[in-house]
Amino acid sequence: MPSLRRDQVGWLLAGSALTLAPHASHLPPAISALCALLLVWRGFINQRGSRLPHRGLLVVLAAGVVGAVLLEFHQFFGKEPGIALLAGLLSLKLLETDSLRDARAAVLLSFFMQLGQFLYQQNMAIAALALLGTFASIGTLLALQGRAEAFAPRAAAAARLLLQALPLMLVLFLLFPRVQGPLWGLPADAYSAVSGLSDDMRPGDIARVSESAAIAFRAAFEGDPPPPAERYWRGPVLTRFDGRSWRPGPSRRQDQPFYRSSGIARPYTLTLEPHNQHWLLAMDFPGPADGLVYGDDFRLLSREPVRNRLRLELVAHPATPVGLAEDPRTLREALALPPGFNPRTRALGEQLRAAAGRADDIPALAIRHFRDSRLAYTLAPAPLSRNDVDSFLFDTKQGFCEHFAAAFVVTMRAAGVPARVVTGYQGGEINPVDGTLVVRQSDAHAWAEVWLEARGWLRVDPTAASAPRRIDGGLAAALPDMARLPLLARSDLPWLRALRDRVDAVNNSWNQWVLGYNPARQQALVASLGFGDTGWQSLTALMAGSCAVVMGGLTLWALRRMRPGDAIDRSWSRVCRRLAAAGHPRHAWEGPLDYAGRLAREAPEAAPELALIAADYARLRYGPTPADTALLQRFHHSSRKFRPR
Amino acid sequence: MTASRAAITGTIGARLQRWLFRVGGPEAGPITLGQRRIFVLPTGFGLALALTLLVMLLASINYNLSLGFALTFLIGGIAWVSIHHAFRNLVDLTVSPGRSEAVFCGEAARFGVQLHNPGLRPRLGLQLWPRGGSSDETAFDIAPQAGTVHFVAIPTHRRGWLQLPRLHLETRHPLGLIRAWSLFQPDQRCLVYPAPAADAPPLHHAGDAQPGSAAQGRGRDDFAGLRHHQASDSPRHVAWKTVARGGPWRTKEFDGGGSQRLWLDWQQLPPGTGTEARLSGLARWVVDADAAGIEYGLRLPGLELPPATGGAHRHACLAALALFEQPTGHAQPAS
Repeated sequence: MPSLRRDQVGWLLAGSALTLAPHASHLPPAISALCALLLVWRGFINQRGSRLPHRGLLVVLAAGVVGAVLLEFHQFFGKEPGIALLAGLLSLKLLETDSLRDARAAVLLSFFMQLGQFLYQQNMAIAALALLGTFASIGTLLALQGRAEAFAPRAAAAARLLLQALPLMLVLFLLFPRVQGPLWGLPADAYSAVSGLSDDMRPGDIARVSESAAIAFRAAFEGDPPPPAERYWRGPVLTRFDGRSWRPGPSRRQDQPFYRSSGIARPYTLTLEPHNQHWLLAMDFPGPADGLVYGDDFRLLSREPVRNRLRLELVAHPATPVGLAEDPRTLREALALPPGFNPRTRALGEQLRAAAGRADDIPALAIRHFRDSRLAYTLAPAPLSRNDVDSFLFDTKQGFCEHFAAAFVVTMRAAGVPARVVTGYQGGEINPVDGTLVVRQSDAHAWAEVWLEARGWLRVDPTAASAPRRIDGGLAAALPDMARLPLLARSDLPWLRALRDRVDAVNNSWNQWVLGYNPARQQALVASLGFGDTGWQSLTALMAGSCAVVMGGLTLWALRRMRPGDAIDRSWSRVCRRLAAAGHPRHAWEGPLDYAGRLAREAPEAAPELALIAADYARLRYGPTPADTALLQRFHHSSRKFRPR
Repeated sequence: MTASRAAITGTIGARLQRWLFRVGGPEAGPITLGQRRIFVLPTGFGLALALTLLVMLLASINYNLSLGFALTFLIGGIAWVSIHHAFRNLVDLTVSPGRSEAVFCGEAARFGVQLHNPGLRPRLGLQLWPRGGSSDETAFDIAPQAGTVHFVAIPTHRRGWLQLPRLHLETRHPLGLIRAWSLFQPDQRCLVYPAPAADAPPLHHAGDAQPGSAAQGRGRDDFAGLRHHQASDSPRHVAWKTVARGGPWRTKEFDGGGSQRLWLDWQQLPPGTGTEARLSGLARWVVDADAAGIEYGLRLPGLELPPATGGAHRHACLAALALFEQPTGHAQPAS
């Protein structure tokens, strides 16, 4: 087995390190540390030229990797343990790699590991890192095949290969017929990384969600964006209350809205980050759209969980009256209160009912009561007792939006007004760079809906009563202390916001055009190129045609002859061809002067001209190098004009 | 039965190869490796990469990894580009016959093959081996607008002319994923002398058997004077005293007597010896006589080479032995 050269191992280590580095963000720290240690060790061996560790030691280390994975995940199946195992094995493989074959196997493994990183993150930084890793892997393959060479020429060769591959990659990326996955069942943990709302709510849940500055979705409005007070993005609607947590009630679904859209229309494009749930977080209230499902709680739903970034063209009708003819069963659910919980709030409800003349006035009375109670809006409320609504309203008087919404709904139900909690997002920020509305997890919100006779379901936001700036200015404006907020949601660092806006705008384009390139976008692109029928057959034909063009270009490049003074040879061989056609071929061993001499005897009529051309050719070809330009021109001219009979 | 079947498949295989790889007979003059003579297939590693890419593509589809598609297509594109690089590494090279020294049968014939790179780029990682050889040859490069002579060693089993077999020029440049190769057979021959017999009758005995042969020209008996030294002169006849005194190199000349002049005669070998054994025996005598610096002549049925000394004479004698009764033997030396 020939051992590897130092430069070969250097490239291999660089490629592996670049491949494994981003995995550190999700691998268990123990495994990351082990991988780093093994890489550094191999680098040290390479630097010192010492021997590779004994095979027995490697077996022990491999057992260590397997043990660490087992300890961390308690299994080997699934995405996370699989990736962790591969990362450990790649690092170990390098420690026993001392042959061409092993090194090439390691390169293939690192290609695979780069793909594995995309399961977790696909942002631009990761893409750049992957490109760099591919570059290093190509450098490795070049080093494995070729002679020892300095870094710069090898890097240039690798970069040239990458650049030459780019057109082909673009054609395939754009035109390879895309199929919406998955093709087969995915491991259970395939989408564990997504965060966001869930379909039940306990006190503190929304506060936890809003600690993240991750983007939930973006909305690009065609006209002016709606005022902040209209920006309610509907998520799970929670009707059932068991005293502790809120859950959705039974709901009917159909492919048409349960209301007739009316009033002002706001068309927009919603780009939803994957959250592995069915709900689409449309702004109240979405008009009819194809291929989507409408719930009778006025949510917009997708047929499949949203596992990839999703782009939807929607229209919001904020002024639509909804639920005018509500199902009595739904209303019954919206009045139910668990017995034995929150007696003081129930008493408050009954008191409000008595105070108000009509049911329509009760919500306004309650809001006034909330405002007068001086409830504090905070991300970190004091701990609540078993009767958490009572405790919030009368004792601690500190809560986040879910406390406000829950307390309001319980009060309404106690007063005999059907009410329910709606979770979702409220607000969002316009990015001045590209004008899109960016809604983050920190904009997660809970509000209430009450049902009134002849008016249907009406939105009431009890948080607005106590912290009106939450609605207009977002979380950062409403909270007294910003320290607990995610850095990117804080409003006191303007330069940070400007930077964030810029990065967000670029990210949005990246998401739309690179990551969001799906079968629908592909069809739109092909249609815009003028190919009407966009079945996979025509797509394949288009791809094959484009690939053929690219490959033809590459072939031309490969065949391009690069010889100096080639023109001289071409002129001379044209003269020879013409003479051969006239019956006087040049023998393979004949020099130009010998040939002319022979033809002087055999074909005297062409001889004087040929003698001149041959003499010129001999001087140009074999004479001193800085050839006379006048001579060159005369040679080209006379050889072009030469016509033997 | 099996032998005839093997012969048939061999013939079919040869025809298939001829048709596939467009290999005719030996080609005279420089061979330019045009695009039609270059063939490209993936290596084992290339196939392994293809498999990896397929798995990556399926994973990208399954998990809807847009960047996964991009990465897969990028690596696939690089692999495809490397096909063109491999092709470009061979195209337009010219091959022409080089020198090949005559060898004794049993030794390896070394054919010099000249490869010329007329282009402006270096040709990297080339391997050249004869048909039936292995790809373990060390790789060599050719600088831009330069040539190199690569020696191909062929084992010899028969005296006479040895045609250079078909050669295989391959490159796996740049990534080792693709091998591009070309097959060609320059019209180049090497003369194979008969192997000198190890058990031939001793030379002096043979020489003594012909004491009275006619003397012609210069011999080795009586000192006749000094002449200018020539490279082919036997070291025994150098006037070493003159050289030791710092004088010019001179060769002593003798007037020919008879006893040191040998006729190496076909008939001298014991009767009943076969043709090849006789030729081997004669080759041994020629080698020994030349080493001893004796003037010798060669007599074969139908051929007589008058006694002489020197490298050219040795070669003429050995060539005559090599080509004795060869059907296509024409006595044109290869070197």
